[in-house]
Order: sequence, then structure tokens, then C-alpha cells
Amino acid sequence: MEELDQQLAELLTPNRKDRRHLVSLLQEVQRKFGYITKEAMLAIADFLETPGSTVYGIATFYNQFRFTPLGKHPVTVCMGTACHLAGGRLVLEAMARELDIEVGGIASDHEFSLDRVACVGCCALAPVVIIGDSVYPRMTPPKVEEVLVCIRPVSLDESEKQ
Amino acid sequence: MTFEEVQKQAKSDWDSLYHGEVPHILIGTATCGRAAGALAVVEAFNKELARRSAQATVTEVGCIGLCSLEPLVIIVKPDSFTVCYNSVTPQMVPTLVEGYILGDDPCLELALGTVEGGEGEAVYIPELPRFEHEHRLLLRNCGYIGPGNISHYIASGGYGSLAKALKMEPTAIIGEIKRSGLRGRGGAGFPTGTKWELCRNAPGQTKYVICNADEGDPGAFMDRVVLESDPQQVIEGMVIAGYAVSAREGFVYIRAEYPLAIERLKVALEQAENLGLLGDNILGSGFDFHIEIAQGAGAFVSGAETALMMAIEGRRSMPRPRPPFPVESGLWGKPTLINNVKTYACVPLILGHGGGWFASIGTEGSKGTALFALAGKTVNTGLAEVAMGTTLHELIFDIGGGIRGEKQFKAVQIGGPSGGCLPESMLQTPVDFDSLREAGAIMGSGGVIAMDEDNCMVDAAKFFLDFIQSESCGKCSTCRLGTKQMLDMLEDITAGKGKIEDIDLLVELGEDIKDGSLCGLGKTAPNPALTTIRYFRDEYEAHIVEKRCPARVCKELTAYYILPEKCERGCEHCVLACPVEAIGNTEKGIKVIDQTKCTKCGSCELVCPPEYNAVVRLSPVSSVPSPEVKKPKKRHKKGTK
Repeated sequence: MEELDQQLAELLTPNRKDRRHLVSLLQEVQRKFGYITKEAMLAIADFLETPGSTVYGIATFYNQFRFTPLGKHPVTVCMGTACHLAGGRLVLEAMARELDIEVGGIASDHEFSLDRVACVGCCALAPVVIIGDSVYPRMTPPKVEEVLVCIRPVSLDESEKQ
Repeated sequence: MTFEEVQKQAKSDWDSLYHGEVPHILIGTATCGRAAGALAVVEAFNKELARRSAQATVTEVGCIGLCSLEPLVIIVKPDSFTVCYNSVTPQMVPTLVEGYILGDDPCLELALGTVEGGEGEAVYIPELPRFEHEHRLLLRNCGYIGPGNISHYIASGGYGSLAKALKMEPTAIIGEIKRSGLRGRGGAGFPTGTKWELCRNAPGQTKYVICNADEGDPGAFMDRVVLESDPQQVIEGMVIAGYAVSAREGFVYIRAEYPLAIERLKVALEQAENLGLLGDNILGSGFDFHIEIAQGAGAFVSGAETALMMAIEGRRSMPRPRPPFPVESGLWGKPTLINNVKTYACVPLILGHGGGWFASIGTEGSKGTALFALAGKTVNTGLAEVAMGTTLHELIFDIGGGIRGEKQFKAVQIGGPSGGCLPESMLQTPVDFDSLREAGAIMGSGGVIAMDEDNCMVDAAKFFLDFIQSESCGKCSTCRLGTKQMLDMLEDITAGKGKIEDIDLLVELGEDIKDGSLCGLGKTAPNPALTTIRYFRDEYEAHIVEKRCPARVCKELTAYYILPEKCERGCEHCVLACPVEAIGNTEKGIKVIDQTKCTKCGSCELVCPPEYNAVVRLSPVSSVPSPEVKKPKKRHKKGTK
């Protein structure tokens, strides 16, 4: 917790003490911690001398901000027009089924989290899935399984079962 | 250093790379290239060059617009052809190094074609017929110059227009822009010169210039490519705009989903500043102009200009009524000039070649070129830049190469989620602001998505409305509540629960939403539904009356079925792929889908070997023949036959 305060304090520098930096402060908090906590929102509100409800209002208005942690391997399925027409919905459903988590959720072991995004601008490669920093082009439901096998940690129990 | 010296230095840097002693390797590493594996290709080249002690330089460049052929590599060789290779893999790299870097064999079997142009001229590949139909202005350098090196842009004639502009009267610059007939490239098509004049004449000392790079339309990525491939042209345009309207501060509002574009823009701004092309006392003229990057946080409505300014101010990006227009009262209440990425990118060209030259391209009412992102079912996907007035047919069939596979073209969706879907009969429509609006679509940001017979128009309309509905900021009740009602009706229709009167109700409600909403989002939100009803009413009726989805897309109206006469009994692909164990065997070993268990995930259809092609989709659901089903086999007992 102390470390968290320390990191937060590093962001809240006097030159950013202006309402216009609110969104970018939230963005940096998310970049650092992976998601936005209530404590961070309150700290920013204090810093900008604005009500906590304002910060909460902004954070919930913009799609980018999340209030639950990301998985170690954050999975984002693109649901842009091109991806939708090429079967993106089936890919998203397959991903939710294989990971056994809902869209917007995180697996109990925090390995994977699943989100959808409006468009990543790689329409020529639709449907697209992004896991971590890697883009997986031209996905299909059977390919979902293949991709996940390569990323999933091999636990001993699982391999014994096979 | 004076600008002449900077130019001289840039030219000599350029010559040593592009006309030097050693081969020069250009690798496209824009987002689409990276997704296709371009970074691994860069690494492979660096390794192979070191291993073979081969002399060559490697430059990461942007995107030439041929996204479906990525990763692309161009090899510039002294006294020989410049050759472009497509779909390059790290495995191909040793062959290329052996063949064309060390030897004189251009490896034509791997090549896409030769590369012509460059140094101010538009780069093209003469072997590809699509380039005959294109007219590249903004894309002229893309994929050929290094976006991370300002000297490439300067050597290609860049910043000459800024140097010229700073010696001109601001009103003369505005006059030139007016003469060019340039209209806003963000989609609405407001005359740019008039906007600049209004901003210049607005009273006030402090003014702002904003570049709208919040390209939120799913299916549009032109601004991303321009910023990732040739960002300096946008910066140059913004500085000229700042000088013309006498603003000292500029913002680029760019969506956070484009991390590479942000990174490349940051580098570009820094380099421009280091050379005195941005910042204080630009080129010794006494004019100061600074540019800041503001990152979007994922709200589609931010693309509306009044909403965008709210976002920069750190507020919820909700639009407000106009007037006052931003040119009078914009960012923090000051006069603000706000234009799209492509509009600014046009500016250096107009000042360089003259407004008359620009006005000679395009149609009566729409001058210059239009940049489109082709996606969907066309053979070629990627970027295309055509003169205004080119027909949709030319865009989709001559440049896009028509529809992939043996499929039939059905519709083209143009202008993003708020654009419209046009049928084959409208393909002769020229692409310009006015003709598209007449047809019920909009130029919008320029996303062009081709749909084929496998796409359901009702489903497409539902998809767009779903997007719009969740992106509605909630300010205007017609948009907030109306789009929700429209979406509910479309959901009912696609689920087979629609009523025939719903169609007219959708039209009526759509018109009301258009009238009752403040910003572009609400005013255009009903377009996809309205145009699909206008041109594809029969599909709506099939969903409602026959409970049939003609394209067999809508889940509730479609069932998967295995054709017994085509099923190759011994094969178990579908059985293994089915996630819910819904596929079993009949007495004869033919696979049968248990419709009560099937979740319609489509896996069986994808894995069924193409030579059998036994899995089909049927609609309505009642058309599925009902066979006697044996107990499904357990999934993992492969051995027991």
C-alpha cells in the first residue's frame, strides 16, 4: 500500500495540477497499476481539488478505464465492423468458452482477462485478437484453442490427466 | 542552421541511403505490418546481414496501403531495380540476402513488383493494375520514407511549403486554401478556407489549433496509417494553419488505441522542434507554435468537434449545441480551429503546388483526393487514395479486386457506423461529399467495407446500432433512448420475434433521432438501419415473416446441419471440434448434430475438410430434416470404433 502511494505521488507533480490533466493522470494510473482503484481516484480528486464524484464520473465515462485488474495475459477481441463481418462474434464466444470467463472478466488464477474493443485498425487482418502485445490475425474458433495452448502455463495436474 | 542548409543536409543523407553504395532495405512496420509479423522480419534481416557480413542499411517504414500483402519489404539497390516483396517471412530472408543483397538475382519468384516514384513523386508498383486507378497525394511517401527520420520527409520536398508560407501574408495563405476548394476531410466537408478565415477573424489574442485524430470508426484506419507512415506532413500543415489563423498552441487529439501512431508522432514532433520547424521562432520568422499530444480514452463521441474539446479540457466528451462554433468559442472558450488529420496533410501540398493545381483534381463540388480504408470481403484490403468522383465500382472492383472467393457482392458500407449500406445498383455513385449524401450514406471518415452474400443486412444494421447505442454519450434523449429502442427492435427481428409493422416504426423513429440529436453521432446514427431498409427491405421481411435469415447469419434463425450424402464417415473432425459434444453418429457412422445441444459456434463448419464440405447452415430452423440420433460418442475415446 505504501509503495502504491509512493508511485501515485510520483505522478501527481505540481505541473499537472490542472483539470485538463485529469484524463491523462487516470491513463497513467491505469498504465502503472493495470486498473483504477478507488484510492487512486480519491488521491487524484484531492490533488486536483475537485470532488471525487467528478473523477469517478470521468473514469466511468471513458471506455478505456477499468476498475478490475487485468490478467497476466490480457485478451482483447476486436469487434470492429470488419472483424464482425468476418466472424468476430464466434471468436469472442470461443474465447469466453475456452477461458471460461465472461467478457470484461478475469480468470480466478489471474492468468487471463477478456475484453472486447471497438476497433484496433487492423481491419485487413480480420478477425483480430490481441493478447498482451501480440496481434493474432485471421482468427477462427478452432484457432483460439491453438493460440491459448501456446500461452497457457502447463500445470502438472493438467498434464497428468492427459 | 538555415532551412537551406537543413534541406541540403537532408538531401545528402537521403542520397547516401537511397542512391548510395550499399543496398537499402525498407521494411513496413506500421501496425498492420507488425500484426503480420514485420518485426520478426526486421530481426531476421539484421541477423542475416551480420551473419553474412553483408553491407546494407535497414529502415523501418510505414505502410504503402497494401495491408493484405504485409509484411512488405522493399529493397533499393544502387544501379538496379527497386523491388518490393510481399508476405515476407523470416524464413525468406536468407534467400533475399543471398539473392539480391549479396548477389544480383532479384528473386522475382518472391517479388510483388518493382517500385517507381519517390522523392516527392507518389510511390507506386507498376505491376499492380490497381495503382492506375489511384491518385496518391497524402500517401505519396507512405511506406517509402522513414517516419522516424525527419530528413527523409525534408529530402522529399517537406517543409518547403512552411518556409514559403512564413514569407506570405496569412490572408494570402487562406486565399490559397480557399482557391483549392479543400473541404474538411473528417467527413462533414465544410470548406476549410472559410473555417480558417472565420477563426482568423474571430476576436481574441489566444487561439488554438486542434488536429482531430480520434479515428473511432470501426473499419477506418486512414489517419492511423498517415500518422504512422508520414507524420511530418500533418505537423507541417498544423504549423501553417497556426500561422494563418495566428494561434500559438496546437493539440493533436489521438485515440489511445493507436499506441504506435502516438509514439511515431512524438518522435516526429521532437525532431521538428530540434530543427527549428516547430517551437519558438520557427525558421527565424518570429512565429512561435507548439504542439501537444492529447490522448483519447476511448469514447467514439469524442470525434465530434465540440465533444473533443471537452475531452482535451479534462471533461466528459459530450457535445454541445452550435453556435457558437469552435472558431468563435472553442477550447477554453477561445477561438479554435479544428480539422482532421488528412485536412492538415493536404495543406503543404496546396501551398507547394498552388490552390489551382489542387482544384484541378476531383469534381465540381469536391476537390482533391479521398482516402479510403478498404476492408471486408474484397480481395485487396488496405488503403486507397483516389481522386474525388471515382465511382464506388472502381474502388471496390478495380482497386479492391472484387469480392473474395466465388461470392457475390451484396452491399458496401461507407462512412463508418453512421454511414449507409449501398447495394449493387448504387455502385455507379461517385465518391464525393454530395453524391454520397444523396444516396443516403456519408463520406464520413472514409471506411469502406464490402459485404458479400454471406453477410446479413439486418445483422449489419444491428451491429452498427449496437455500437452507436453504447457510444451515445446520453445527452440528447432521442439518441440515448431512441437508438436503444431501434436496437431492441432489430434484436427482435434477428431473433425471429419481429412484427411487420416494426419496419415502418424503425424508419419513423430513425427520422426523429436524426432531427432531435445535437451532434454528428446522433444525426447519423439511424443511417445503417434506414439505408438497409431502403435497399434491402426484402431481407427484413424474410426475417419477420418467414423467420428466415437469407444470409444464414442470425443465430436464432439458423441451424447447422451435416449433409448425410457428403459426410465422409471415418472422419472425426467435427466431433472433436464441437465444444459441447453435440455431434453424434448414426448407425451408418454418418455424423449428426443434436440441435438441442448445438450452440451454433460454427466450429464444425470450419473444420469439416473442404473436399467433403458436409456442414451447411440452414434457415429457417424448421427446414432442418430430423433424423434419428444415436447417442453421441464421448469426446476423448478416439480408439473405440
